[in-house]
Amino acid sequence: MAQPMLKKDDDRDDEVDYHPFFGIEKGAVLQEARVFNDPQIDPRRCSQVITKVLYILNQGDTLTQIEGTEVFFSVTKLFQSKDPGLRRMMYLMIKELSPSAGEVIMVTSSLMKDMNSKTDMYRANAIRVLSRIIDGTILAQIERYLKQAIVDKNPVVASAALVSGIHLLQTSPEVVKRWSNEVQEAVQSRASLVQFHALALLYQIRQHDRLAVTKLVTSLTKGSVRSPLAQCLLIRYASQVIRESGVNQAGERPHFDYLESCLRHKAEMVILEAARAITELSGVTSRELTPAITVLQLFLSSSKPVLRFAAVRTLNKVAMTHPLAVTNCNIDMESLISDSNRSIATLAITTLLKTGNESSVDRLMKQITNFMADIADEFKIVVVDAIRSLCLKFPLKYRSLMNFLSNILREEGGFEYKKAIVDSIVTLIRDIPEAKEIGLFHLCEFIEDCEFTYLSTQILHLLGNEGPRTSDPSKYIRYVYNRVILENATVRAAAVSTLAKFGALVDSLKSRIFVLLRRCLFDSDDEVRDRATLYLKVLGGEAVVGETEKETNEFLFGSFDIPLVNLEASLKNYEPSETPFDISSVPREVRSQPLAEKKAPGKKPTGPAGPTSGPVVSAIDAYEKLLSSIPEFAAFGKLFKSSAPVELTEAETEYAVSVVKHIYDGHVILQFNCSNTIPEQLLENVTVLIDASEAEDFAEVYTKPLRSLPYDSPGQTFVAFEKPDGVPAVGKFSNILKFIVKEVDPASGDVDEDGVEDEYQLEDLEVTYADYMLKVPVSNFRNAWEGMDPESERVDEYGLGARESLAEAVNAVISILGMHPCEGTEVVPNNSRSHTCLLSGVFIGNVKVLVRLSFGISGPKEVAMKLAVRSDDPDVSDKIHEIVASG
Amino acid sequence: MATLPSVKNILVLDSEGKRVAVKYYTDDWPSVSSKLAFEKSVFTKTMKINARNEADIVMFDGHIVIFKFIQDLHFFVTGGDDENELILASVLQGFFDSVGTILRNNVEKRTALENLDLIYLCLDEVVDGGMILETEASVIADKVSSASGLETMAPFSEQTLSQAFAVAREHFARSLLK
Repeated sequence: MAQPMLKKDDDRDDEVDYHPFFGIEKGAVLQEARVFNDPQIDPRRCSQVITKVLYILNQGDTLTQIEGTEVFFSVTKLFQSKDPGLRRMMYLMIKELSPSAGEVIMVTSSLMKDMNSKTDMYRANAIRVLSRIIDGTILAQIERYLKQAIVDKNPVVASAALVSGIHLLQTSPEVVKRWSNEVQEAVQSRASLVQFHALALLYQIRQHDRLAVTKLVTSLTKGSVRSPLAQCLLIRYASQVIRESGVNQAGERPHFDYLESCLRHKAEMVILEAARAITELSGVTSRELTPAITVLQLFLSSSKPVLRFAAVRTLNKVAMTHPLAVTNCNIDMESLISDSNRSIATLAITTLLKTGNESSVDRLMKQITNFMADIADEFKIVVVDAIRSLCLKFPLKYRSLMNFLSNILREEGGFEYKKAIVDSIVTLIRDIPEAKEIGLFHLCEFIEDCEFTYLSTQILHLLGNEGPRTSDPSKYIRYVYNRVILENATVRAAAVSTLAKFGALVDSLKSRIFVLLRRCLFDSDDEVRDRATLYLKVLGGEAVVGETEKETNEFLFGSFDIPLVNLEASLKNYEPSETPFDISSVPREVRSQPLAEKKAPGKKPTGPAGPTSGPVVSAIDAYEKLLSSIPEFAAFGKLFKSSAPVELTEAETEYAVSVVKHIYDGHVILQFNCSNTIPEQLLENVTVLIDASEAEDFAEVYTKPLRSLPYDSPGQTFVAFEKPDGVPAVGKFSNILKFIVKEVDPASGDVDEDGVEDEYQLEDLEVTYADYMLKVPVSNFRNAWEGMDPESERVDEYGLGARESLAEAVNAVISILGMHPCEGTEVVPNNSRSHTCLLSGVFIGNVKVLVRLSFGISGPKEVAMKLAVRSDDPDVSDKIHEIVASG
Repeated sequence: MATLPSVKNILVLDSEGKRVAVKYYTDDWPSVSSKLAFEKSVFTKTMKINARNEADIVMFDGHIVIFKFIQDLHFFVTGGDDENELILASVLQGFFDSVGTILRNNVEKRTALENLDLIYLCLDEVVDGGMILETEASVIADKVSSASGLETMAPFSEQTLSQAFAVAREHFARSLLK
């Protein structure tokens, strides 16, 4: 009720004249409300006026603060009346007006009197009204009465007090927690609703005490709970306990027997609650599932839509994880396809699609075709998604499923729906090679009459990539060129690019494509003309890009794998000069955002366009600037990678030191960021003495000391090492911070002349293989993988020994390799027994590396891993294996 | 954390989707316009369904809505999409039947508006701040009629003998069915 509603007179005009509130107006009603102030109260009339005010509020109108206060005060006068009906309406009115703290005081005494009245109805309602409007101080005054009311022999009063307790727990938990003895007593009540409310309150009081909850559940599951609602609550609490305690040694869960016994309860809501609780147990076995599935199956043929819906919805969820357990219900499900409730029918169909076997696909598709016409788009999308996963499950059935998709693609539908269909077809084209040509053909048909620019351009792009490699590329040209004639500028530009791809990749078509492209030179849109000109020049050999044809194609159609933010940053830094902007100088590294990723583990990595990568890019730039400003380092060449800072000291010690490893082709620079945390000291001539005896390949070449390190102003010292060119040398370094300490008077800032030489032990530092690996994402792992030379592939298997979990093993391998996880595959779903993880990166020497990891976990948590590597250089593939073998 | 079964709103709309009586218990719909938009979409999604004998159900936008129609009145109870549908259905049934009892089985828009105070009281007795207070229709109806004391007594006395008899028989039949 935030803002006042406009008068609804217009709406009311067309209502029929018997409407008792016809023409009602707020102003007039508020006038009428003056009758509350009459010395002789007419209860009947007052009730009517209250109803009118409530009606106005209920229709969405609001009272201003002044109006509200006025009404509130006149309503309080009505406490003089003894009429019970009027009193009830007053209670409603007071709750609805939600008075301010100052106004509440006006009614508390009257309400407290009602709370102790002999009439149960007054007591119950006064409690509910009071608990709704009071604050902590008044609560303290009435606490005693509320405690009594909880154990009142009248169930209505007890329930009112308990429900109020649940509400008050939000605002004054410490008060309500003191009532737990009374609440405990109320749990034993014979009145069913009292039991329900008491159980709810008791659990909320104790919910943070696991032991208490376990005790509560254990004692109540023995069978003193009668009310179905309370039983449902108890099932929820019991499954909470099960979730927290897991499976015991004998493979049994505590309270499972209780859940199972609830499946035989006489109330349907309890049966449903128990069945759902069982299906949602983590790692539920098929033996545990069977009884729950059986009762749900019975519900499927119920005459009540609600029951059918509840059952089919639960089974649908089960089918995602345990499709086999649900197959028994398939016959009942099929009869639900014609259910008059479309939600039920959709759920039934998607369940069937998940559980169906190969032979039933054709029959199902026939049934679905009839059904699709009369459901809403949102349901259709669900069905399309289900069909896509079905097709991936049974690739042999692609023909009928693809046909189905193309049929529905032709029918009416909104953007989301069409997009779902197109996405599905694209997925099928990608994953089922046999389906490619049919799929492309259907998509061609679709763009002939497609009103969505986004979809048209997507499809044109796909056609350009896939079309030239089909058996008869020429048949697509007509569809593509039609776009140039018929569509808007965006689509035309996309079509020109697609045409050019055909021309570049299919020699036999080249001359004919040129004819088409030349026609595009007269297009009304700049972008279209520009594209056509570029393609004509480059493909026609007039302008030369690169030396071979392959390079030309790479230039025109290659994937653009430079993160756009990095490109933007580099372009901003570029100052116009003799040397042209070199795109290969743009850093490709995308720093992962560990924090963001941890917060949202289920989500896909934000990828190159993540906004947080902006400042990180500048950090790399900053390093590069800093290092190139030191003449000794200028000759080292181009910086390959800078690691994240590694702390070499504990937090809150005298001196804080962290190190950044800068990797060059033939050198490694260690940058020590030091800061002095003692105000009484000034450090001078700070260096780090490094013992590289455990790093044989490294030879120290230069140390740049830090001249002075005053309090609270960090500085850097550098140590450079030489290492064999292009070799990923590893090793361990032990470090000592050496410096001269001078006393400082923090008050005056005077520095003592004489210094003392001192040293400070730092933690060891390691250069690992991961330091030589750049995290570089690829946009499409599959394409990139297939684009690599299969000769370079190296496959081997490893036993990783016992691990805490699959996820831990996956993360360990990722961090050893220091590569970029692709397509969100670093996230391992709970309880999965196997997992495939895709990684990409660039190894030192600019060698692109792709890794496919397949993990499996056995019963006693033994993890095995299969590692397949492809890279530009087979030696690097071997190297990766060495890294993993040594890690 | 295991949660309490809770009701997000109870709606009574007329045959054009306009409000007769509504009660919202959560902040899912913060403004009047979002409430009206919800009512409109729930009404259009369900208006073609024949929910006169059995309560029916629809799920959208993360809500479950159970509904039942009688004459020109449409009753709705909304809950979260992880709620036990049958609990929500029992709330609807309790409210629906108690309104039937109070209006002496003459449930239609006109009588409902004429007895709007009783409908409001019914709403108040079924759910309190989202918590289910009572689902037994006869208990709810008793609480409401005892509350409205004299006011309902007066019309009762005006009934003809045969009407009174019919009501008594109805009550008797109900108590037998339980």
